[in-house]
Amino acid sequence: MRGYLRLSAALLVAMLVLAACGGDDPAAPTDNGDAAADATMVFGTSADPVVLDGALVSDGESLRAIDQMFEGLVTLEPGGTEVVPGLATEWEISEDAMTYTFTLQEGVTFHDGTDFNAEAVCFNFDRWYNFPKPFQQADASYYYQTVFGGFKGNPDALYDSCEATDEHTATLQLTRPSASLLGALALTNFTIASPTALEEFGADEGKINADSLFQPTGTFGTEHPIGTGPFMFEEWNRGESLTMTRNPDYWNAEDATGNIGTLIFRPIADGAARLQALQSGDIQGYDLVDPQDFETIEGDENFQLLRRPAFNVAYIGMNQAIEPLDDVAVRQAIAHAVDRQAVVDGFYAGLGEVAHQFMPSSLPGYADDVTQYEYDPDKAKQILEDAGYTLPVKVDFAFPTDVSRPYMPDPQANFEALVADLEECCFEVETKSATWSPDYLGNVDTGKYGLYLLGWTGDYADPDNFIGTFFQTAQPAWGFDNDEVFGCLKDAETESDLDTRETMYQECNRILMDFLPGIPYAHTEVGLAFTANVEGYAPSPVTLEPFSIVTVNE
Amino acid sequence: MLGYVLRRLLLLIPILFGLSLIVFLFVRALPGGPGIALLGERATAQDLQEIEENLGLDEPLPVQYGRYLKNLATGDLGTSVSTRRPVSEELSRRFPATFELAIAAMIFAIGLGIPLGYIAAKRYQGVLDNASLVMSLIGVSIPVFFLALLLKYVFAVKLGWLPSIGRINILIDLDHPTNFYVLDSILTANWEGLTDSLKHLILPAIALGTIPLAIIARITRAATLDVLSEDYVRTARAKGLDPSIIGRRHVLKNAMLPVVTVIGLQTGLLLTGAILTETVFAWPGLGTLILNAIRFRDYAVLQGGILFFAVLFVLMNLLVDISYAFLNPRIRYR
Repeated sequence: MRGYLRLSAALLVAMLVLAACGGDDPAAPTDNGDAAADATMVFGTSADPVVLDGALVSDGESLRAIDQMFEGLVTLEPGGTEVVPGLATEWEISEDAMTYTFTLQEGVTFHDGTDFNAEAVCFNFDRWYNFPKPFQQADASYYYQTVFGGFKGNPDALYDSCEATDEHTATLQLTRPSASLLGALALTNFTIASPTALEEFGADEGKINADSLFQPTGTFGTEHPIGTGPFMFEEWNRGESLTMTRNPDYWNAEDATGNIGTLIFRPIADGAARLQALQSGDIQGYDLVDPQDFETIEGDENFQLLRRPAFNVAYIGMNQAIEPLDDVAVRQAIAHAVDRQAVVDGFYAGLGEVAHQFMPSSLPGYADDVTQYEYDPDKAKQILEDAGYTLPVKVDFAFPTDVSRPYMPDPQANFEALVADLEECCFEVETKSATWSPDYLGNVDTGKYGLYLLGWTGDYADPDNFIGTFFQTAQPAWGFDNDEVFGCLKDAETESDLDTRETMYQECNRILMDFLPGIPYAHTEVGLAFTANVEGYAPSPVTLEPFSIVTVNE
Repeated sequence: MLGYVLRRLLLLIPILFGLSLIVFLFVRALPGGPGIALLGERATAQDLQEIEENLGLDEPLPVQYGRYLKNLATGDLGTSVSTRRPVSEELSRRFPATFELAIAAMIFAIGLGIPLGYIAAKRYQGVLDNASLVMSLIGVSIPVFFLALLLKYVFAVKLGWLPSIGRINILIDLDHPTNFYVLDSILTANWEGLTDSLKHLILPAIALGTIPLAIIARITRAATLDVLSEDYVRTARAKGLDPSIIGRRHVLKNAMLPVVTVIGLQTGLLLTGAILTETVFAWPGLGTLILNAIRFRDYAVLQGGILFFAVLFVLMNLLVDISYAFLNPRIRYR
């Protein structure tokens, strides 16, 4: 027994010794003398990427990683939503919005040393358009299908052809007019990959397995993701880390002002664990700060909290196919009856702001002078009485269970507060609920609810991605058929002059908020945390956030 | 003996069959489906419905279960919707991480639990005994999740002695012939890797090992007390045998039988405790895999992962039963 005790004592001592020789910062920048770009940044993410091929992903963590290694023809200004040159220096959209001509940046090479040119661009567009059958499944290429309507042989396909007019000019021909395509091309899903690498590493190899699920089988997206971006793929240890190194031959070194030489993404699923990893020096930054941790981070001088501008909207949907919601007076009364500010203050942990239209203010086309509906229950009553209703007016109102969305962290809390407002004023509410997917979403889409809670997170910087998605065509969820609204949005979408387009969308927003098809009530921000010595990170509403402009100070 | 082991292994088949059905139904009872993981946030209800139809999730449950069994019979556990990898590959890639952590936790629990329980019994109703009782009560009642966060707060955040996440400093270049990082470091003579991976093991092992530690200490104490009051111990003392020999040969060995049972059970349970511990320590093992699978409604991974845990648990119990024969020659299996 004594020997046994000695063993356990030795074990304990060994553990303590090991513990005590800790203390060195495991992620400290390696000192190799090159002060320009040798810093190491370990960034905590919420999950591992799925695959590093932009055409095949729809999850945020894959997109974040792909953004560092690949570039598109156009991109967005850091931290904003304005479309700026990427691999294309300039572009021209024809009068009929069916031909896009891109002038390409010269002297760009892919990470494998091959040249970037017009042929490489067209190779990528042709690749997407001609995806083999397994890749056409929605779970494989959802974004391409959403933006381009379909693949070769599909009459709805927006893409017609791409021609390398000369070495540095690529001409994109569409089958019908679209002006919103430019904004969509800034999506990470449409970044340009090395044609040599795509072919060599079997990017188009994939199968549908026994569960009918798409599965890429080549190694392009797992071991050889080769683009033109400021960082190059180094190693991906699934579930543990994704390591990227600075591209020494990056064409746009002038704009890549940061000093990160090694960039590592570490998946840490738990929010509290991400915070502790930051506090203990294991990581230098992380995304998706839990709202309850905002104060901790802001109150500590070693750390900084950045806020990603809102790029979403939470709204109360109103289905005009269900009476009395077809009456604009009722819709107005509802808007005046609910205290949106109280909901935002109560359930958004300081991250929310009251929404006054169906898109965030960071987008072009946002109008400052739409009709606003202040909280005024008396006015609501008055409107209803003037319209000849006897109070209380009956409505049904639904909310989703088992779900939390950035724009709606706690649907039930929102719902209860809104219902209380309505009942206190002048409505009798019949409440309904269902699980988020597929029941609730299905019921909304098929027009089964009168009032309902819903929201939207945008994914590209175009008003069409917000109000166009909602109101450009008749949808059972909204239950109306209004040519003024549909026409306005259709005209705006196809207008090729960007300034005119912005004015047109502003006008659509004014029309919409008078027509009041629903009540937008909140936009929410997302928090990011960094150590205090990190500089230059530019939170972007659409999470297009380059690490190449980030500096880690000593 | 061999016949007994074979019979027990054969018994695994009906157990797994029943379990697969329960797990299959359980994961489908979760609200929601895998559609959002596949299509992303912006998917419309119609898209979600289409994809779920495409995956055959709209078919009657018996049909789905039949297909699942058919694939299972051919060794195909399906494909993960969130990583697009075969489930069997995911499980085998992550198993070493969980197993390594479980071993470290059990070394901690057994290495401290048995001596603690033994000393407590020897000092029955003394200060040490009472202290160990209180400690083990706290040990079993403290939630793993909370303990893990607390340990990290003290040793990683405040003192900075130990890392708070992961299996190894990712800047250390280590080859992975086995994916057991401690073993890998030794095999490749990477001493920096060895120190670092051991350092990464300490906190999660303590967090995960605390409940088994407390239980092992309590059972050891109770069993030792029983044995201490046996006649043969009194006889041994009376004939003037060296007390340390009495302790080792007569008391501890005879007290081990219930302790081994508990160790076996706890090792099985440890694998499930790993879900919480791994999540808090971002430990890339089966626990984080299963948690993510719950988050994304990744049916195939959930089913495969739970079945895998179940097999381990059953095997662990078998090992315990077999070890009885060695500890107590009076036990014979036929």
